[in-house]
Amino acid sequence: MQKQKELLKVTDLKQYFPIKGGILGRTVNHVKAVDGVSFTVYEGETLSIVGESGCGKSTTGRAILRLDEPTSGEVEFDGKNLLAYNKKEMNKIRKNMQIIFQDPYASINPRHTVRQILTEAMEIQNSVPKNERNDRVIELMETVGLGPHQADRLPHEFSGGQRQRIGIARALSVDPQLIIADEAVSALDVSIQAQVINLLKKLQREFKLTYLFISHDLGVVRHISDRIIVMYLGKIVEIADKKSLFENTMHPYTTALLSAIPSTDVEKKKERIILKGDVPSPIDPPKGCRFHTRCPFATDLCRTETPELRTADGMLEGHMAACHYMEDIKAGKHQPTTV
Amino acid sequence: MSQSTEHIENTRTVIKPPNPRFKNWKIVYRKLKKNKSAMVGGFLILFLIIVAIIGPYFTPYAPSTQDILNKLQSPSADHWLGTDNFGRDIFSRIIHGTHLTLIVGFFSVLLGGAAGVLIGITAGYYGGRIDSILMRLMDILLAFPSILLALAIVTVLGGSLQNVIIAVAISSVPVFARIVRGSTLSVKKLEYIDAMRALGASDARIIFKHIFPNITSPIIVQATLNIATAILSASGLSFLGLGAQPPQPEWGAMLSDGRNFLYNAPHVALFPGLAIVLVVLAFNMLGDGLRDAFDPKTKE
Repeated sequence: MQKQKELLKVTDLKQYFPIKGGILGRTVNHVKAVDGVSFTVYEGETLSIVGESGCGKSTTGRAILRLDEPTSGEVEFDGKNLLAYNKKEMNKIRKNMQIIFQDPYASINPRHTVRQILTEAMEIQNSVPKNERNDRVIELMETVGLGPHQADRLPHEFSGGQRQRIGIARALSVDPQLIIADEAVSALDVSIQAQVINLLKKLQREFKLTYLFISHDLGVVRHISDRIIVMYLGKIVEIADKKSLFENTMHPYTTALLSAIPSTDVEKKKERIILKGDVPSPIDPPKGCRFHTRCPFATDLCRTETPELRTADGMLEGHMAACHYMEDIKAGKHQPTTV
Repeated sequence: MSQSTEHIENTRTVIKPPNPRFKNWKIVYRKLKKNKSAMVGGFLILFLIIVAIIGPYFTPYAPSTQDILNKLQSPSADHWLGTDNFGRDIFSRIIHGTHLTLIVGFFSVLLGGAAGVLIGITAGYYGGRIDSILMRLMDILLAFPSILLALAIVTVLGGSLQNVIIAVAISSVPVFARIVRGSTLSVKKLEYIDAMRALGASDARIIFKHIFPNITSPIIVQATLNIATAILSASGLSFLGLGAQPPQPEWGAMLSDGRNFLYNAPHVALFPGLAIVLVVLAFNMLGDGLRDAFDPKTKE
């Protein structure tokens, strides 16, 4: 796992959405959806981003692809800074990174057949010579588990899972290196979820794909990921390989999040940590540690100083968390301050 | 195994399905067929188009032949709808005027619709400053009553049927722009547009291949309804003497000619008026029906 090639490197990525107000429509404030996020995706791995709704995980994915222009930061893909490209150059490089969306009903044009959808993708990037496109369509459909006889059907003739397969086939049609799966299985039935996830895993092996897997479902994430990023309110609170995150959880927020996974083990009764209150507004996030308003361990230090991501003693290399007290909490020296 | 590959080979070459667009239109047509008033409107329009094309060959009199001796005659076997103040046969004139009315209606909506769609889609897709500038311009146009705007334009350009078409087209631009902008905004935020952007599709491709085909239904409905308004505006302008010039048998102009004789010979104004009512009603009925048929919420 170590010393792999860095495929995608995100540095201090910020995405602020302006809020317009008043008669003149001036910017009165910003929604700080993503506020200084840095991470690296290595070639061939699956890196997941988890967090609750509104924590900025999808926004991060969209900002990397420049579907929304990020406010600031750097996105390096294969050593090249994507944000320096103009529109034309960017469109060319898009061939290397694709996205799979959450809603299989909204993510494909209802008026185009599968063949049209896939051919158009190849046409845009010119990834396949014209006379081979038809064969490639059939090949792609077979790859994602659809039959060639379905090539001329319209999206409404397919089920949600099948539609998602069409979306996957479209992403594959330009031979990308990186695929961002934005809640790619969240809208599907559990049984279909498993099929699609296994398909994604199979494709990863077959085409040496790298995944940035965005999800709120920890069960799914645990199954598919190599490494996991936990986000809260626009910032990364913990980043670690799967094993470390689940077995050596450092951040109180991650602990609370993991305790919410339903367990199939009847013997082992886990203690559920229920956080109080709601996620604060990303328009005016709390000072200091963003989690302090809901953290049972919060002190004055947490309310004033923003903790940096760091690796404490006893943590593996590459495992980082952003908490002032993580060592003490782990050692039982720091007790909850609120009841 | 060999059988299954054979099957695949077959499907690769044999399947040549009907155009998928067709399927959506079929559903719309089925719904439309159930709507009686829309069908009546549709057939009326079809009938009027046929009359406009072949009618002039079958009229009993030429539209401009004067027969002063027989002026202002009431409807009779000789003159089915009577004659006007120059003794011209009103029935023949109405038939000969049909194509004028329809041409004005179709072309002004075609011109105005095309411009409105282009403006609306640009404003909706690009947003921001472009959107603000374009839509404020449309608001200015919209602030004037359309007939007043058309009146002003015709006054500047001079009175002729061609200028009426231009004037009515300009006054219908903002209506289309507003509707198209709204529809564009709602389609634009769908994920498949993002997917096309992620694939690196150009703006032109996204606009014409992915947004426009998905907003055609409100445009068609609006166009149908707008033809009625356009015909009414054009007739109004001709009534005021700013549109068709004599002796063109334009219905609005005929109505205007007849108003001097309302007391003695009401039929001179009545029949052109009825013709206008008929055509406007037909387009409105069809337009309403189309709106319901395109609405996915109404059941078949």
